[in-house]
Amino acid sequence: MNPTHNIKRGVSLYSYQYETFLRKMTLDDCIAHAAGLGARGIEVVSEQSFTHFPDVPQAEIDGFFASLEKHGAYAQCHDMFLDTKLYKHRKLNFDEMVASMQRDLRFAHRLGCKTMRVIVNTPPEVVVACVPLAEELDIRMGIEVHSPFHFDQPWILRYTELTRATGSDHVGYIPDMGMYIKDYPPVFRDRFLRMGATPKIVEFILEAHKARVLPDYVIMDIRKMGANPVDLQMAETLRHNIWSNPRRMLEFMPWIFHIHAKFYEIDDTGREPSIPYDEIIPVLIEGGYTGHLSSEYEGQRHIEDAFEVDGREQVKRQQEMFARLLGEKA
Amino acid sequence: MYDKHIIYPDSLHNLADNGGFALGVRLPYYRGQPLSVVEDIAVKVDGAAVPREQVRFSVRGKTWTLDQLEENTAERWEFGEVAEVSVVQAGGLAAGAHDVEVGVQLRISYLPWSPLTTCTRRETIAA
Repeated sequence: MNPTHNIKRGVSLYSYQYETFLRKMTLDDCIAHAAGLGARGIEVVSEQSFTHFPDVPQAEIDGFFASLEKHGAYAQCHDMFLDTKLYKHRKLNFDEMVASMQRDLRFAHRLGCKTMRVIVNTPPEVVVACVPLAEELDIRMGIEVHSPFHFDQPWILRYTELTRATGSDHVGYIPDMGMYIKDYPPVFRDRFLRMGATPKIVEFILEAHKARVLPDYVIMDIRKMGANPVDLQMAETLRHNIWSNPRRMLEFMPWIFHIHAKFYEIDDTGREPSIPYDEIIPVLIEGGYTGHLSSEYEGQRHIEDAFEVDGREQVKRQQEMFARLLGEKA
Repeated sequence: MYDKHIIYPDSLHNLADNGGFALGVRLPYYRGQPLSVVEDIAVKVDGAAVPREQVRFSVRGKTWTLDQLEENTAERWEFGEVAEVSVVQAGGLAAGAHDVEVGVQLRISYLPWSPLTTCTRRETIAA
């Protein structure tokens, strides 16, 4: 361990979703792979890794614990969702939302997780109402600050205002590194080209992205250039995949419980071409972050049409990058 | 996401009672979902759309119409689970190759639209 920080490594099993979906990897395979890389903190999208949520059969939970123990890993974070549109004709009311979130807190507790990812659409009032139970179970709830949201976006500002007022240290943030898209992801670009984007418009969008032109203006500009629907879809990604300043995390560090280390690709040189982890990790070290960097591979959806997905290789490359940037001895 | 994996390969078959046909269908999403958020499963065969009323959905031995599916918040379509989607159509399909398209529309709570994901495969009914 590097004495200058206490940042830990983990993997969200979301990273292996493609192989899990196709039944090429079991839950045990996923845990074994992550732990084998020294990434012992396991994050689960429970509705992906288990069946019959929230009434998951005990045999599945027992199997989860057996795998963790066998591979020297531990349960770290449960990813919670709030199905506000569960019913066709009406949205969940406040009491139903609180009950749903409390159900997830109890489920996280059952899994042995001390952190719960709160999906960004959860109203802050609902999170605040769950603070007593979170404290009782000792589970830290972090809203996922996920692109296009960022720390200074109004929804998150309001969340901050209402949750800080509780004075609780069990309510905070889980920033998703997808809000630090510094360079346009090559896997996005290539997919749009395969789908029929116009090469000269693609070039225009990439140049505009480099120049940080407001996405709305880019969309207006390419319309004038005769953009086709795929070109417009590519320009739309500028709205949803933002670049913001990683140093903004410093102010929030006491309430940052976990990091979604989103990535779209680790290339052959060992770098994420769009998300600058070599800028991000020093900020986390500087801020005294002590939680996990949880690998979240999301490139599969951008390459599946044309390439074999290999979540294992991608996670391995990202974890090797983390070990290097964290100064771990080989 | 999972577009090309919605239709389970080589699963198209006529029903034993000759009252229709069926195929294996997977949920194009990264987490299992309550049945009530499945807004539509649109089936086309050789370019012709099947009326919604003729579509049935089955998992774990239970079967629903698409309208019934929308009312069921207790049961789930699990991640990667192969559901049987059947179509009530007297006589089923003729033997031979058919172009089958399945579009699954889901009401995802954190998205302001309901994503529709479509898969097309050439499947064969055995003679």
